[in-house]
Amino acid sequence: MDKRMLEEKFFQVLMMASTFIVVGSLFALFLVVVLKGAPALSLSMITQTPKGGYYLGKEGGVLNAIVGSLCLGIGATVLALIIALPVALFLQKDYIGGSRFATVTRLSLDVLWGVPSIVYGAFGFIIMVYLGIRASLLGGIIVLTLLELPIMVRALDEVVRRVPQELKDESYAMGATRLETTIKIVCRQILPGAVTAVLLAFGRGIGDAASILFTTGYTDRLPHSLLDPVASLPLAVFFQLGTPFPEVQQRAYASAVILLVIVLLLSIISRLLVRKFTKYVIR
Amino acid sequence: MRLRRLKDLLASRLMLSATVFSALLVVLIAIGLFLKAKPILSIQPLSTLLFSSSWHPLNGEFGLFPFIMGTLWVTVVAMIIAIPLCLLTSIYLAEYAPNRVRGVVKPTIDLLAGIPSVVYGLFGLLLIVPLTKSIAPIFGITTNGYNVLSGGIVLAMMVFPVIISISEEIIETVPYGMREASLALGATKWQATKLVVTRGALPGIIAAIILGFARAFGETMAVLMVVGNVAKAPSSVFDPAYPLPALIANNYGEMMSVPQYGSALLFAALVLLVVVFLFSVGARLILVRVEKRYQVG
Repeated sequence: MDKRMLEEKFFQVLMMASTFIVVGSLFALFLVVVLKGAPALSLSMITQTPKGGYYLGKEGGVLNAIVGSLCLGIGATVLALIIALPVALFLQKDYIGGSRFATVTRLSLDVLWGVPSIVYGAFGFIIMVYLGIRASLLGGIIVLTLLELPIMVRALDEVVRRVPQELKDESYAMGATRLETTIKIVCRQILPGAVTAVLLAFGRGIGDAASILFTTGYTDRLPHSLLDPVASLPLAVFFQLGTPFPEVQQRAYASAVILLVIVLLLSIISRLLVRKFTKYVIR
Repeated sequence: MRLRRLKDLLASRLMLSATVFSALLVVLIAIGLFLKAKPILSIQPLSTLLFSSSWHPLNGEFGLFPFIMGTLWVTVVAMIIAIPLCLLTSIYLAEYAPNRVRGVVKPTIDLLAGIPSVVYGLFGLLLIVPLTKSIAPIFGITTNGYNVLSGGIVLAMMVFPVIISISEEIIETVPYGMREASLALGATKWQATKLVVTRGALPGIIAAIILGFARAFGETMAVLMVVGNVAKAPSSVFDPAYPLPALIANNYGEMMSVPQYGSALLFAALVLLVVVFLFSVGARLILVRVEKRYQVG
C-alpha cells in the first residue's frame, strides 16, 4: 500500500471523526440539558406562575415565561410575515428581480442576518426611548420583528425564486395582472416553503435572549396588555441561573428543557407540514 | 379592467415601500446607534475609546480595549476549534458520505442552528466549564473554569452550522468534470478533493469562515455565561475575558441612569455593528462572485 492510499485513509478517518464530533456535540448538549432538567420538570412548572418566595426555592412555575415567550414569538412572527412577504414577492423577476436595487436589497438583508441580537436589543432600546414606551410586550415584539425580518425574507426569497417562470407566464397569458398572478399562483406555490420560513423565524424569535433583555422587562404575572412588561423563557433560564439557590437553578435547567422542546417541536412540525403541502406544488 | 390595474399599481407601491424599509433597516440601525454614541465621541477621541485600557465609568473613563481584546480572544479560539472540524465535516458530507449518513447529519446540523443561545450557555456551564477547570492543571494553571477556552468551545459549537452549511453547498457547486479530470489522471479521491475541489471552492469556503467569524463576534448570552466577565485583556486561554456584547448586556441598566455610560455602551454596540457589517459585506461579495463564476462556467 503506497503513501497516497495511506493519506487517503488517514483523511477519511479524520473527516469521519470531525463529523462525529460535530454531531456528537449536539447529542451531548441534548443529553446534558435534558438529564439535568428533567428531574426538576413537573406539571406545576408549566401550569403555575411564580408564587411568593419562588426565587428562594418555594412553590410555582414558569407559566408566565411560557405565555410571554409565545406572545412575543407569535406577535413578532405575524408582524415580520406582513413585512417580509411583500418584500420577497417584490424581489421576483416580475418586479425588480435582477436589477441593482434587488441585489442591494438582498445584500442588505444578508448583512442584517448577521447583525448580533444584542445590537438589535440596543437599537430597540433607542426606539423605545424615542417613542416613550416602557419595557413591555410591545417593545419586545418590535425588536423581535426586526430580528426575524431578514431570516424570513431570505427564506421566502429562496422559495419564491424557485417558482417556474412558465407557470407565471401561463397566468399572464390568461390576462391576469402581476398582482393576481402573484397572489393566486405564486403564493399557492410557495406555501410549503413559506411554512418553513415562518417556523424558522418563530423558532429564532422565541429563543433569542440578548435582544429582549432591554426591551421586555420581566414580571411574574401573565401579560394583559401590549404595554405590560412580559417574562420570557430564555430570560427565565438566564435569571434563574443567576440566583444562588440550587432549587432555583434546577428550575432554570427545567425551563431550558421546555424551551428546547418547543424549538424541537417547531422544527419537526415544519418538516411534517412541508411534506404534507408539497403534494400540491406544481413542478 | 381599470380597477385591476389600480390594484396592481397600489400593491406594487406597498411592496416597494416594504422593500425600501427592509433594505434601509441596517442603515437605520447604524444611524440610530451613531446618534446615541455621539455624546461620548465628542468627549473622548476615538483612539482613547478603542485603545485605552482604563474602564472606570464613574470617573468618566471609557476605554473599551479590554473588552475588544476579550471579544477577539474568544472569537479567535472559537474559530481555531471550528475551522478544521467544519471543513473536514463539510468535505465529508459533500464528497464522501453515503446518502444515508447525509440524510441524518444534515438535519442534525440544521437543528444545531436553531438551538437558543441560552441553552448553549447552560450546556457550557454544566459541561464545558468543569471540563476546562479539570484540564487546566495539566498545564500548571488553576482556573475556575470561566475562561476564554470555555467561551471559545461553546462559540465554536454555535458557528458549526453556519460554516458547515455554506461551505458544503459551495463544495457541491464545483463542477463534477473537474473531479473526474483529476481522477482520470490517477489521483486518489482525497488528492482530487484536496487539489481540485477545495481549491475551486476556496473563495466560498473563506466567505463561509468570515460569516462564521461575524456570527461568533457578536454572540452574547452563551458567551456571557461562561467567560467569567473580568474587565482585563486576557493573556492566555485560561484567563477570564469580558467580551463587548457581554459588557452591553450586563450594564444595560446604566443606559437609563448615567447618560455618558449609556452612550459608551451604545458606542460599543456600534463597534460590533461596524465590524459585523464589514465582514458580512466582504463575505457576501465573495459569494456573489463565486455564484456567478459557476453559473457561467
